[in-house]
Amino acid sequence: MRQSWWKILAIALLLYTLIAGLLMEAPRLPILNETIRALHFHVTMWFGMILMLVVAVYYSIKYLRTNDIRNDDLAIEFTNSAILFGVLGIVTGMLWAKFTWGDYWSGDPKQNAAAIGILMYFAYLILRNSLTDSQQRARIGAIYNIFAFAAFIPLIFVLPRLTDSLHPGNGGNPGFNAYDLDSKLRAVFYPAIIGWTLLGSWIATVRVRMRRVERTIEDRMINS
Amino acid sequence: MWKEISVLISKEVTLEWRQKFALNGILLYVVSAVFITYLSVGAKQGNISSPTWNALYWIIILFSAVNAVAKSFVQEHQGRQLYYYMIASPEAIILSKIIYNTGLTLILALLGYGVFSVILGNPVQDQGLFILNLVLGAMGFSASLTMVSGIASKAGNNATLMAILSFPVIIPILLMAIRISKNAMDGLDWNVSMDKLITLLAINAIVAVTGYILFPYLWRS
Repeated sequence: MRQSWWKILAIALLLYTLIAGLLMEAPRLPILNETIRALHFHVTMWFGMILMLVVAVYYSIKYLRTNDIRNDDLAIEFTNSAILFGVLGIVTGMLWAKFTWGDYWSGDPKQNAAAIGILMYFAYLILRNSLTDSQQRARIGAIYNIFAFAAFIPLIFVLPRLTDSLHPGNGGNPGFNAYDLDSKLRAVFYPAIIGWTLLGSWIATVRVRMRRVERTIEDRMINS
Repeated sequence: MWKEISVLISKEVTLEWRQKFALNGILLYVVSAVFITYLSVGAKQGNISSPTWNALYWIIILFSAVNAVAKSFVQEHQGRQLYYYMIASPEAIILSKIIYNTGLTLILALLGYGVFSVILGNPVQDQGLFILNLVLGAMGFSASLTMVSGIASKAGNNATLMAILSFPVIIPILLMAIRISKNAMDGLDWNVSMDKLITLLAINAIVAVTGYILFPYLWRS
């Protein structure tokens, strides 16, 4: 119970997100209409992705300092979960864009930046797979992970803000604060961020355990 | 530290001068690339619109820079790298390579600019801003590409890896540089571009500092 309270919390928060996010009263607004509910399923993906990337970078730094392969397991799996969230974020965003902007891809700066960010992390996976020695893979993977994150931050947070974006909250489009006068959306949005991030971490930790079990079995086979 | 760096830079220059084929090769690469674009777009002098000019110019510089910098960790043998490892600090090595590659990229960019002006026309109205932007762009390209070429050299150094690792990392720098150079072409006031110049400088600094911190770990492996 001590170990699994956060998994129960994740399930509870996600059930709440699904039920409240889909059924609750949402502000009626022109253009957005009911698609404003995408806030709980699309925007939260990016929050979850960034939080998990921060965790992955933390473990990459820790790996470089300690050379403990266990830190690398956490770094790669948190990145994997973050990539999953990123892809889901792009797909949900495209669906939403189809109904509000009229096209799946409108060349919006944030959309482009997100796609480039995903490319960066796909390159990270390919780099890792091109290295065969596990210690070297971990070390060079960690170095690129930190380096990519340093380039990812200006890409996501700085560049899109320098030009007009179609996203709510940019380029004269009213944002979250302007829509949400009675904070009804926030009551679902914040728990949704926590819920999705916990789910991502759960996926990551399960995969970390699988990785470690596989390694132990391999070692045993080699040593026996 | 600075003495070490200047010695390493002069070593890079000497090495480049001795193997002139590499330098000449990359210079020829720029000229041929510009010529291919010129023939492909079928533009007679001055007929090409300035955003297209800008985009073509920066794409050519990007590819030439990737090719020029990609060799920075391969042209020397493993044995000699071990020798450097013993006599120089990794910080000095990465800084000297970044500075040297900045110079190399800048030469490429200026050459490309010259050839572009001659055969495709020169729509740039504010030369000072354009050149300043080239310097900043060359710094950013070289800082990120040097680090990525170090990473790629550890991973068997194949060209695909170099490209896929560097392109996403370099896009923020490329986008800023393209925007500033558009402003320079339109001859806008420097105040308009000031915040973009500062952003570009900040991105360069982030990339260079990250490379500087991470390179010792890469060098040791």
